Amino acid sequence: MHNFDFTKPSTIAEAVKALSAEGAQALSGGQTLIPTMKQRLAAPVTLVSLTGIAEMQGVCMGEGGLHIGAATPHAVVARDAAAHYPALAALAGGIGDPAVRNRGTIGGSIANNDPAACYPSAVLGSGATVVTNRRKIAADDYFQGMFTTALEEGEIVTSVVFPIPEKAAYVKFNQPASRFALTGVFVAKFKDGVRVAVTGASNDGVFRWAEAEAALSADFSAKAIAGLTVDADGMISDLHGTAAYRANLVKVLTGRAVTAAR
Amino acid sequence: MPKDTGIGASSKRREDVRFLTGKGLYTDDVSLHAQAHAVMVRSTVAHGRIVRIDTSAAAAMPGVLAVFTGEDFAAVGGNPAGWLINSRDGTPMREPKRPVLAHGKVRHVGDAYAAVIAETYQQAKDAAEQLAADTEIEELPAIVDMKAAVADAGNRVHDEIPDNLCFDWGWIEDNRAAVDAAMKAAPHVVTLELVNNRLVPNAMEPRASIGEYNPGTGDYKLTTTSQNPHLTRLLVAAFVMGIPENKLTVVAPDVGGGFGSKIYHYGEEALVLAAAKKLGRPVRWTAERTESFLSDAHGRDHVTKIELGCTKEGEILAIRTETLANVGAYLSNFSTATPTFLHGTLMAGPYKVPHVYVNVKAVFTNTAPVDAYRGAGRPEATYSLERVIDKMCRELNLDPFEVRRKNLLTPDQFPYTTPVGLVYDTGNYQATLDKAIELGNVAGFEKRAAESKARGKLRGMGLSTWIEACGIAPSHLVGVLGSRVGLYDAATVRVNATGNISVMTGAHSHGQGHETVFAQIVAERLGIPESSVEIVHGDTSKIPFGMGSYGSRSLAVCGSAMNKAVDKIIAKGKKIAAHMLEAAEEDISFADGKFSVAGTDKAKTFGEIAFSAYVPHNYPLETLEPGLEETAFYDPGNFTYPAGAYICEVEVDPDTGKVDVVAFTAADDFGNVMNPMIVEGQVHGGVGQGIGQALCENTSYDENGQLLTGSFMDYAMPRADDVPFYTVDHSCSTPCTHNPLGVKGCGEAGAIGTPPAVVNAVIDALHRGGMTHVTHIDMPVSPHRVWQAING
Repeated sequence: MHNFDFTKPSTIAEAVKALSAEGAQALSGGQTLIPTMKQRLAAPVTLVSLTGIAEMQGVCMGEGGLHIGAATPHAVVARDAAAHYPALAALAGGIGDPAVRNRGTIGGSIANNDPAACYPSAVLGSGATVVTNRRKIAADDYFQGMFTTALEEGEIVTSVVFPIPEKAAYVKFNQPASRFALTGVFVAKFKDGVRVAVTGASNDGVFRWAEAEAALSADFSAKAIAGLTVDADGMISDLHGTAAYRANLVKVLTGRAVTAAR
Repeated sequence: MPKDTGIGASSKRREDVRFLTGKGLYTDDVSLHAQAHAVMVRSTVAHGRIVRIDTSAAAAMPGVLAVFTGEDFAAVGGNPAGWLINSRDGTPMREPKRPVLAHGKVRHVGDAYAAVIAETYQQAKDAAEQLAADTEIEELPAIVDMKAAVADAGNRVHDEIPDNLCFDWGWIEDNRAAVDAAMKAAPHVVTLELVNNRLVPNAMEPRASIGEYNPGTGDYKLTTTSQNPHLTRLLVAAFVMGIPENKLTVVAPDVGGGFGSKIYHYGEEALVLAAAKKLGRPVRWTAERTESFLSDAHGRDHVTKIELGCTKEGEILAIRTETLANVGAYLSNFSTATPTFLHGTLMAGPYKVPHVYVNVKAVFTNTAPVDAYRGAGRPEATYSLERVIDKMCRELNLDPFEVRRKNLLTPDQFPYTTPVGLVYDTGNYQATLDKAIELGNVAGFEKRAAESKARGKLRGMGLSTWIEACGIAPSHLVGVLGSRVGLYDAATVRVNATGNISVMTGAHSHGQGHETVFAQIVAERLGIPESSVEIVHGDTSKIPFGMGSYGSRSLAVCGSAMNKAVDKIIAKGKKIAAHMLEAAEEDISFADGKFSVAGTDKAKTFGEIAFSAYVPHNYPLETLEPGLEETAFYDPGNFTYPAGAYICEVEVDPDTGKVDVVAFTAADDFGNVMNPMIVEGQVHGGVGQGIGQALCENTSYDENGQLLTGSFMDYAMPRADDVPFYTVDHSCSTPCTHNPLGVKGCGEAGAIGTPPAVVNAVIDALHRGGMTHVTHIDMPVSPHRVWQAING
């Protein structure tokens, strides 16, 4: 690891100011950034920690649904969202291991937008709103491809607001080594329709499976998607599974998520 | 009633107190005054010619004390291969020099070609980055695939070896024609091509070494992660550095797992010694995890075609194999023995097979060196054999249990000389098979399969009946077969004046629990508490010259040496007691810690005799030396032959291809068992590694020789939820006939017997689910591969 400076502001304004400096880099849970720095693949001048900002912490019900501060660790979401949004809490409780869940944060996860991360599927599948220091961004506009988001220079995620569906579930198929999602599907049934968001599978990062959403909006059962096929084009192919395998997983896991939805 | 102390008791592992409370002392925990830090500069290309290394900028960087390149070691020796193999035509194997640092060419990703020594680790890292930037390497085409390597005479890992072939070995060459004839005459021949997947050992503790040099005495000290400190000393002193052995002390303190990978001498050990001498300061190096992936000796990596000739009723008539064995870029110390004498000699399994012939071609590639890894050659033999027998059962519609029973050797056939050169001394393979069938509740399988089916899962059952040769090894035999070392071991039993005991062993414990088990044996034999016995190992300045721990040898070989030393202690104690008790020596008996005169109540305790030996006031000094300390060397008369029957049950999810091992039964014959709890733990660990090989672990190089699975993000280690609760039994014991403890060894068993049981179970599940087109899936049987096979 190369040398760096470290600052831990206590307000969003201070954080934004600190991040405007040359070579500054936001640090939330550090579950991706720190290993990258240890391998000397990243060398920020200053790390600006976002975990000391009170208004970016915690889980509570509010206008528009469940508000989760961006710097809230997965373990806290797993515990505190359980009563309000069990499918989201279960997703948070299934990320990584206890050490990861007590350091990693929801904001860090969706700002990084790793194509195999779990959280993007919940945010997109719930039609959540990503709140930043500047604006509110609909999930459908926020995710823009692998490791790419709508965030602009100097913009940080401060919270995420999740509408609460009638029923939802997340089903993940583990990559055998890393236990990231080889493919993960988040299904949420709202009064006005069903959303299906898929992570881990596509070269374009998290995406919505429109055909399944239509079929499930008409009939929320696993058999409703039995006749659908998933195009393997554009799916990720690697050591752990071909594009065709991932396409198969998308369909299998969607059916299982529908059956598991509570 | 189970014993609570001594031989056969499940004494708690005394070493765990320090391991579990963070009080162990591993190499990286050793911190020395004025120590400097070494960082290796490793090749990022698989194959290349070193055009230029400009060290000037790196050498001028802050804190940098020295820079080494391959040039600095051009004059010293290479790291030798420990075993000479001759090819079928009688020519000796090709044996390229393995230098301390790569010189002229780099031959695999991770091949170290330079090292930087600096005041701090980060300064050394900075300078290593600079050095890498100032190095020009002309990249050459990488040689990765073994079949391509032997076919391409133009592209060479070592310029002097035209076909990348180390040797072409036939075992037993004289039997080849007879085996061919038997195969031709067989009513049915089963053929199977399979891959024994390359594994990265992944010991929890990475390799680490610290070199020290005292200019005042000329003494060197190497603290290092080794399974065999004396063997390491011999290699680094005599073969590489040219240091007299008596000027080098090697200490292997607590070592966090080896699985074979820490048997070998590595270049970093020579490097830290050379650097310490040059600087007059201690120099330390600890591998980062990435370096472990790139530069530890890997395991397995065979491509095999096996043919089995049999009757229609499943009687095995002949076995013939052709194997390509990857040795990587250089020969590691045991890399030539592993695919030959630890593999070919086991190809008859526990069966009466009249004709067996094994051909192994060892191939150089631009990958990390491959050497012995838990089981070493024997897992490869067992996997080939148990998979092809399973295939035979499917082709001929025979019951796999009955086919095994029909072919297994029977107890009346021992000692049994196999057609591949071993003499099995004893065993009862039917007994372990019956025990596994009972404990695995084979009778209830159909009911369990129906329950699985109701949940949408395919349940399958797989069997393997395995044997290994361990307790390595009889020196005269391995000498004939090409070994360049002896494989005896040694122990010193030192009775202290107050009656407690220090035992110095050549065996090295790096997780096995020697400190507990060896003490149990000495305590039992001398009739004293276990707590009165201390085991000392790992320091060449303290222990006798033993060969260390690998090949399930510690108890069978070093334990036998220790037992012999105890015999000598008792014999001398009898002489002392005879004097003190004024009786004839032949009238003295020793039992329960007392030397007694037969037919009287006259006796002396062991403690009284010990005290007398060191305070010899009433002592036969004219005929007997004072003191009570004995050393014994023990060279085994034969290998030992643990064997067993493993039954694995899996559930396959047909939609995703995911395999879950839901039950695993291991019935083993380890001979006499010294500590059942530790034996069970060894089996658990071995089975876990076997499941890891079968389902998860894969070492994948791309066509350019880049390691795709170079971290735990892509290299799948088995985790707790990948393995079931095991059913483990070792009650079917036939004690080894040729060592005094009657022990056979248990460390490698699980890793040997497990992989075929798992894969056989997966194939069984698919067949029961109607997917009879699937005859084989190569390991690791990952979800993706199973799904592809189902949908193939």
